[in-house]
Amino acid sequence: MRYLTARKRAEGKGASHTGTEHHWHMQLSAVALAFMMPTWIYIFGSALGQPLETVQATFARPFPAILTALVLVVGLRHFAKGAQMMIEDYARGTARKMLVIFVYCLSGALAATGLFALIKLAL
Amino acid sequence: MVQFTLPKNSKIRTGKSWPKPEGKAVRKFQIYRWNQEDGENPRVDTYFVDMDTCGPMVLDALIKIKTEIDPTLTFRRSCREGICGSCAMNIDGINTLACIYGLNEVKGDIKIYPLPHMPVIKDLIPDLTHFYAQHASIMPWLETKTNRPAKEWRQSIDDRSKLDGLYECVMCACCSTSCPSYWWNSDKYLGPAALLHAYRWIIDSRDEATGARLDDLEDPFKLYRCHTIMNCAKTCPKGLNPAKAIADIKRMMVERVV
Repeated sequence: MRYLTARKRAEGKGASHTGTEHHWHMQLSAVALAFMMPTWIYIFGSALGQPLETVQATFARPFPAILTALVLVVGLRHFAKGAQMMIEDYARGTARKMLVIFVYCLSGALAATGLFALIKLAL
Repeated sequence: MVQFTLPKNSKIRTGKSWPKPEGKAVRKFQIYRWNQEDGENPRVDTYFVDMDTCGPMVLDALIKIKTEIDPTLTFRRSCREGICGSCAMNIDGINTLACIYGLNEVKGDIKIYPLPHMPVIKDLIPDLTHFYAQHASIMPWLETKTNRPAKEWRQSIDDRSKLDGLYECVMCACCSTSCPSYWWNSDKYLGPAALLHAYRWIIDSRDEATGARLDDLEDPFKLYRCHTIMNCAKTCPKGLNPAKAIADIKRMMVERVV
């Protein structure tokens, strides 16, 4: 038991003076994804199930390739930051830190894998 | 921290059922009871109230139960007209003020619990110590550096109107205790009530500590735990919109950066 006043508990360690960048990034990337995702789903959906040559030809074109790269980078960055927020909501202490690290590693690995596959297809 | 099950000593059991009086307009009340002094689990007692001899509000029924049936029933009340915020409780699943919530607004049995996710002192009385300390932490007073004017700090009609929808908050805690973010992270997240009050002082044209106030709020937990769930606006018994106030604080934060 600690004899802390209610005010001391409420003040905690004060403000970290961060969070606005995160909030602004989420807003920006959400708007960007709202425009990018429908187009990308259309392109990806059209290529799905096609012969390899057709898929390679699709993703060798600049617009689908650049859009796919952007969706991978922006989307997975958005996912990582959003998942971080969820983890912060529901987990505490070491579990929180480990899960945040895991999610950032996962999104990084997925983005890298996706970009590698895209480059192999496009080039 | 999220808890999906209640601890053993918090599990609610069925309590005492009081005798049903004669009459046609008898309604059933199920009320949460807990007394830390008896060392028992919380229970839900059942009372029956004759509506023909009862006032129209939930608080009237509670006072009638306390006066005529069970004097041990404990709850806060004071003004009986929605100004003091004392009688905030969860009625029929909604956080509201018992004094301005009509019995006719509840269909079926009337279930009354204390404000959710707060430590209970006794029966329907939550411990609001932390909630009040969070309110105090946002410096709910006019901060000025300029020498005090001879008569008064002046404010235009337009600037004064910006405080409408903010100053009316009676700190009943209905909003904060309806917010899931506040349930899980109330140790760090200030909650809708404190943030609405913070915005009330941030937006006040006479206040000279706007920057410092924003600095003190800029934190992933203190402010940005709000996910615009909007329970606060839905439940506020005064019809205020804390979610909008929080969104305005976030907008001001972004304006400082971009």
